Order: sequence, then C-alpha cells, then structure tokens
Amino acid sequence: MLRGDFDPPYTLQEGNDEMKSNRWKRNLPLHLMIIPGVILIFLFAYIPMGGIAMAFQKFIPNRGLFGSEWVGFANFVYMINMPDIYDVVRNTVLIAMSKIVLGQFVAIMAALLLNEMRNRKVVRTVQTLIYMPHFLSWVILGGILVDVLSTNGGIVNQLLGVFGIEPIFFLGSNSWFPITLIASDIWKEFGFSTIIYLAALTSINPSLYEAAYIDGANRWKQTLHITLPGIGPIVVLLALLSLGNVLNAGFEQVFMLYSPQVYRSGDIIDTMVYRIGFQDFQYGVSTAVNLFKSVISMVLILISYRLVYKIANYRIF
Amino acid sequence: MVEPNSLSRKLFHAANYSFMIALSLLCLLPFIHIWAISFSDSAAVNGGLVKLWPVDFNLDAYSYILGDSKFGSAFWISLQRTVLGTLINVLLCVLVAYPLSKESTHFPARSVYVWYFMMTMLIGGGLVPNYMAIKAYGLIDSLWALILPGAVSVYFIVLMLNFFRGLPRELEESAFVDGAGHWTILFKIYMPLSLPSIATISLFAMVGHWNAWFDGLLYLNRPENYPLQTFLQTIITQPDMSKLHDVSQMMNVTTRNVKTAQIFVGMLPILLVYPFLQRFFIKGIVVGSVKG
Repeated sequence: MLRGDFDPPYTLQEGNDEMKSNRWKRNLPLHLMIIPGVILIFLFAYIPMGGIAMAFQKFIPNRGLFGSEWVGFANFVYMINMPDIYDVVRNTVLIAMSKIVLGQFVAIMAALLLNEMRNRKVVRTVQTLIYMPHFLSWVILGGILVDVLSTNGGIVNQLLGVFGIEPIFFLGSNSWFPITLIASDIWKEFGFSTIIYLAALTSINPSLYEAAYIDGANRWKQTLHITLPGIGPIVVLLALLSLGNVLNAGFEQVFMLYSPQVYRSGDIIDTMVYRIGFQDFQYGVSTAVNLFKSVISMVLILISYRLVYKIANYRIF
Repeated sequence: MVEPNSLSRKLFHAANYSFMIALSLLCLLPFIHIWAISFSDSAAVNGGLVKLWPVDFNLDAYSYILGDSKFGSAFWISLQRTVLGTLINVLLCVLVAYPLSKESTHFPARSVYVWYFMMTMLIGGGLVPNYMAIKAYGLIDSLWALILPGAVSVYFIVLMLNFFRGLPRELEESAFVDGAGHWTILFKIYMPLSLPSIATISLFAMVGHWNAWFDGLLYLNRPENYPLQTFLQTIITQPDMSKLHDVSQMMNVTTRNVKTAQIFVGMLPILLVYPFLQRFFIKGIVVGSVKG
C-alpha cells in the first residue's frame, strides 16, 4: 500500500503551478471524504495515545493530565516490585503460546482430514458446525462453559462420574484452569482457522498428486511430500505473524472465566491492567503495565513484519 | 484424480469420517445441551436429568425472560447499537477507503493519510487512557461510547481499499470525462459494484457489535444502559455455580434454566445470520489473507 509515492516528472516547468491548483481542486472531495475518519481517529486513537503520559505520572483524574504530578519511572519500579508480576507474565506467555501452537496444530490436522473427505455434503456439514463457535462471544461461550463444567451437576462431570472419575474443578483449580482456557480457546477457534489452510490445500496443483501416484507414492507419502510442502509457506507466514500475539492471552475469555482462586495460574497482563486501573484505581501503574506490554508487542510485530518480508516476501502494507 | 480403493484406504476413510463427525458433535452438543436445559422443568434440571433433549418441556424460563424488563431493554439497546454502529462503520469505511485507493501520483496526500491510519494498528493508548478520553468527551453512559471509538476500523478499510483497487481504472476515467466528480463516482459507480464487499464488512461489523460486551462494562456506569451481552456477562459471572458450593445453591439451581434461556436468546441473532456469515466471511477471510 505504500508504493508509488512520487509525482510524475513534469516536463513543462511553467505549467506546474496551474496543474497543482487544478489537482487541488479535483482532489478536494477526496480530502472531504476522509476528514470524518481522520477526526474520529484523532479523538479515539491519537488523544488516548497522548494519555500514555499517565504511565509517568501519579495520575489523579480531577487534576487531569496537565495537573498531575510527574514521577518519572516510579510506576515501572512499582510494577517490577509487585510480587505477582512474574506469575502474570509467565501465565500470559504460556497461555498465549500454547493457544497459538496447539491451536494451529489442531487446525492444520483438521484441514488435512477434511481435505481427504470426498462426500461434499458431509464436508459442508462438518464445516458449518466447526466454524460456529467462532462467531459467538466469550460471554455466550463462557456462560455455556460455566454451566457444563460445573462441579454441581455440570454435564461434563456427570459424564466423568460414569467412568468413576471424581468431579474436576475445571474453573476453580490452578492445575486445571490454564488447560481449560487453552482447550476452550482451541474449541472456539480451530474450525475457523482451518479456512485458510483449506484454501491453501485446494490451491495445490492436482497433477502433482497424479504424478506421485504413477510413481508409486501412497497416500501417506503424498501427504508428506506434496501436501505438507504445499501448505508450508502459509504455515510459516501465519506462525511469523502470530509473533505479535505472544502477549495476548485472550482478555475476554480469561475475564469471563477466572476468579481470585485461580489468579496464580490464570491471571494475565490484560486482566491485571484492568484490575489495577478499575478496581484499585491506580491509573498510572495500570497505564505503565499496559505500556510495558504494548512496547514489547510492537517490537515483536515489527520484527515479524520484517521476517515475513525477508522470508516469505510478503508485504503487510 | 485416481483413487486407490484398497482396504486400508477404506479403513482410513471410515476412521476419518467418524473422527470428523465426532469433532463436529463436540462443537454442536454443548449448544444442544444448553438449549435442552432452557426448555426443561427446573426440577429435572436440578436432578441432572437433562442431557440433549428437554425433560418435562415447558416455557417457564422464556416467559420469565419476556416478563423481565431488564432483559428486554438490554436486547433493545443491543439492537440499536448493532444497527447504528454497523451503518456508521460501513459509511466511514467506504469514505476513507475510496481516497486511499487512489494512486499517490494523483492524490499526493495519500501516503500521509495511510501512515496516519496504519499507526493506530501498531500502538494504542490502552485501557485507562481510552477510558479517560471517553470520560473527557462526556460520553460515559451514552450509546455513542459503544459506537464512536470503533467507528473507523482500519482492518475494514484495508479490505475495502483492496477491493476498490481491483476495479478497472477506465470506470473512473470515463466518468471523469463525462463530468462526474469523486462523490458521484463513489456513490453511483463504486458502491453499487462493491456490494459483495460491503455485505462482508457489514456482517463483520454486525457480529462485532452484537458480541461486544467489555466496552459496555467499561464505559457505562448504570446497568440499565447495558447492552445484552454486558447484561449477560454480569448475570453469568456473579452467582458462579462452579465456585459457590453450598452458600447460594438454592438460588443458583432455580435460575439455571433461566440463565441458559438467556444465553440461548443472546446467541439467536448470530444463528439467524449464520448462513450469510458463512458465505461472506469465508470469502472475506480468504481474499484478505491469501492475496499477495
């Protein structure tokens, strides 16, 4: 999107001014069209960006950004000294990475298996069902999970009881909570993630398979030597692009499902930012923690763009 | 292509079909279970008798919801938000995407604007600064707090802009020769030609608005202003069935089928547009990501 940033080389020097004013007249509607968007972005993106200054203040709402006391890096020092910050960062990275890696693995497997199915009707039905959870909010899915995973008559524990397994505190025990988060996130998103892999699979040239078949390669060998290399580039591309999400462990999901008893294993940076800001009203510290996260994320995103361009020759903009 | 039809191949197919069908059921059954509970008698629900079909079918939970003015008004707020928010999203998206789809040679300011919008994808203010800005604008407890902050979506703009760029240049040039200006070209030529893209973006925006709940929790102080999903969030998380063991058991069990009924009504609009979603979303996703 950023190419072609130069003016055409005008040969007639004296015609230049007139052409410019003509162009200005002709382009005026373009500026008018874009103005509402520019204003809204200014109000709701750039002004809040200015508010990042709070990270270096003892921010008091009544005094505003200009009246609050500047404290330098005190909020960051406070952050490093919070006893649970290390747990929180570890939880965030662990949960986010597991979701990315396992989620993509499940999606690739499901796409490969779907691709082997020949009955179009069954394929379409399966797709319809596995895409569905993606479109529902974490409020809905969280509500469903709280109900089915309940230790007090939830269907999952009822079912486990049939096999003689004691009820499991899926949402209340520190050893199960992260697993529940990761599994339910994969459940919500894997179907939808197959879309992109299915698109890549159908773009593989079928004559490759025919040639391999004639050469005596069985289905497994074909998968190994044609299918996997065929979707390799898109897998690498998506893996690189997900680098920017290493600190996004899924705020809405965690916020819906967690409780103080699982903070040790399930509290993440985003939920902590929320609590510090809107329960403890330590606005400066909350902004500082968030800034710490955004800066790392931004660096990761820029690195991933760079890598994607170098390795896969793919331009984001 | 040629399909070998050996025994092992048949076995593989049988296993594969069973596995994939099981996987689909895993995605479907929780919803069926919730649906069944919502239509069951609460005694049967408490007894753990309801599996995948309503037991002692009744509509108590639904008649309770219908009589609940809070639920009704939250539903109405969500509806307003979704319709108004989607219209504004799409209009702004088209208005920004059109100028940005021009070449920089014709529209030199373009590259400045592109940077201006792209920057917001890299960094944002964060929770507290956003809240303080909304508060300073006096939007707390207003429906606009749910609509305006996300009104300009750079992601939609990129999708729309790529579509506009795919339209033949001759359209614009011949319209210019006939004396049309940019406004006419956008509304009379480009928009009618981009209906499929506009439909895709509208659906994206609708689902986003219907599903959003955290902004409601953050920017609205009074629960009577909550949209449906925020309202549901407060209901679901407060009396938590899995954690409060014996204290409020009595209260929980009586509300379990009401809760599931509310969840079911909350997802109904999405289920209604789902057939369209599937068609357009998938196209949008593939176009947006596979293109080079």
